Amino acid sequence: MNWRAIWAIYKFEMARTRRTITQSVVSPVISTSLYFVVFGGAIGSRIQEVDGVEYGAFIVPGLVMLSIMTQSLSNGSFGIYFPKFSGTIYEILSAPISFWEATIGYVGAAASKSLIIGIIILITAGFFVPLQIAHPWWMLTFLLLTCVTFSLFGFLIGIWADGFEKLQLIPLLIVTPLVFLGGAFYSIDMLPEAWQTVTMFNPVVYLISGFRWSFYEISDVGVGLSLFMVMVFMGICLALVGYIFKTGYRLKQ
Amino acid sequence: MGILVMQPMLSVQQLTKTYAGGKAALSDVNLDVAKGEILALLGPNGAGKTTMISIICGIVTATSGKVLVGGFDNVTEFRQARSLIGLVPQELTTDAFETPWDNLSFSRELFGLPKNPALVEKVLKDLSLWDKKDKRIMSLSGGMKRRLLIGKALVHEPKVLFLDEPTAGVDVELRKDMWRLVAEMREQGVTVVLTTHYIEEAEAIADRVGIISDGKLLLVEDKTTLMASMGQKQLQVDLKTALSALPESLASLGFSLEKDGAQLLLKYQSNDDKVEVSAMLAAIYEAGLEVADIHTSQSSLEEIFIELLQEAS
Repeated sequence: MNWRAIWAIYKFEMARTRRTITQSVVSPVISTSLYFVVFGGAIGSRIQEVDGVEYGAFIVPGLVMLSIMTQSLSNGSFGIYFPKFSGTIYEILSAPISFWEATIGYVGAAASKSLIIGIIILITAGFFVPLQIAHPWWMLTFLLLTCVTFSLFGFLIGIWADGFEKLQLIPLLIVTPLVFLGGAFYSIDMLPEAWQTVTMFNPVVYLISGFRWSFYEISDVGVGLSLFMVMVFMGICLALVGYIFKTGYRLKQ
Repeated sequence: MGILVMQPMLSVQQLTKTYAGGKAALSDVNLDVAKGEILALLGPNGAGKTTMISIICGIVTATSGKVLVGGFDNVTEFRQARSLIGLVPQELTTDAFETPWDNLSFSRELFGLPKNPALVEKVLKDLSLWDKKDKRIMSLSGGMKRRLLIGKALVHEPKVLFLDEPTAGVDVELRKDMWRLVAEMREQGVTVVLTTHYIEEAEAIADRVGIISDGKLLLVEDKTTLMASMGQKQLQVDLKTALSALPESLASLGFSLEKDGAQLLLKYQSNDDKVEVSAMLAAIYEAGLEVADIHTSQSSLEEIFIELLQEAS
């Protein structure tokens, strides 16, 4: 293993976060705060408790998930797309490092950023609603697994994309709707029965449900199933990364 | 010549590349480069020079064939092979927001090497980038970015350095610096492969010259041998009085009459032992002609190159 190279890529990517601190960290915090003001304060005050949890507190796990999923996707995709776009990828391709090592560097940095943002949002949420975390280790596990999986997914999008438009396409058209419809702001059993069935095909439901369970011990699906689904999704992403690296898809001519 | 055959530093064997669109960029290229040798690859745009370098460095996948760097296969033993290579790409592909100092340190770490601030400092100073070390790369001029790219390739102490069109569009000063750098590399025993459009560049710094056209390596030859074997010499003799007809004695030696009879012209191969300038001049005197001026000239690598390309097509 070329650990130095992995560390170099990781540091390089983290330095970009420091340079763009407003965009990277401040903006998700502000938008999350706005969600709390609107959903938690203005609208939430007129909504009864959901599954015995105050609505403002109920949406915290969903909001954290929403933020870390979108952040992981954008960090993961941009990190590899930009060198492809600028041409500096030549240096990564010609260095004595394997594709997997490069992936660890890029995805590790993207996931770290998301994790930091997730934790900052949690702390921010603490100013608006009383936070209660029943299973802190499970909470961290779900948080970490989601950050890594979605950063990997973003990394794949970054390799696939051959223009800035494509870079935004999947996050905007597929992931954002899935997250919004994945129970970030409501419990699945609040939906009509037919939609509940449809919702079960949304992978994000399992992530949000498992994450919410670690806070309030309430969930839409079993926590074991949630964990299993995260692993399945990560497995699919890893297999795709493996395929890309074997064939050089969109990286090597 | 020693009995031991030295293993080449770079060995390209039956290398072929056909791009996905069907374009054959390289066909059956074979090339060995010895340690410490400087090889210039000459060829027109689209000849396959960059494709070849990109395959050796791991940026492009070969369709078939094999590349050994320092004896290591560049696919199955890519770590060992690539750790010997420094690449200066043709395009000015630099980062934008980083500083030269950070960027050089990054390049070194990518190659798995420990930090070496003294070396980074030396490279920056050698390339006249020291006073820019903490500036953002995007604020550097094109020439400075080119220097930075060279620095990135040197900072991990390569044994084989690839310079892809290093002096395309650079000013005279940088070109001279580049030539000096290549000479230094040679002293340190580094093998250098450079591609260029500029024949005078190859003529000035290379030991051997390879000529690529249409994905085929037409020839690889020692520079002086190539000049000697392919080069044509000309003997031009300006006469005081113009002639109406060429004397038979001179015509039989191969002279022709130019410039309305005012000049005698003899073209011959530079390795043609039968042509002796003194004997030629003696024949002119014997014919009773008065000489005003004499020039001899030798064809440059450029003329040889054009001739070869014409032959190939």
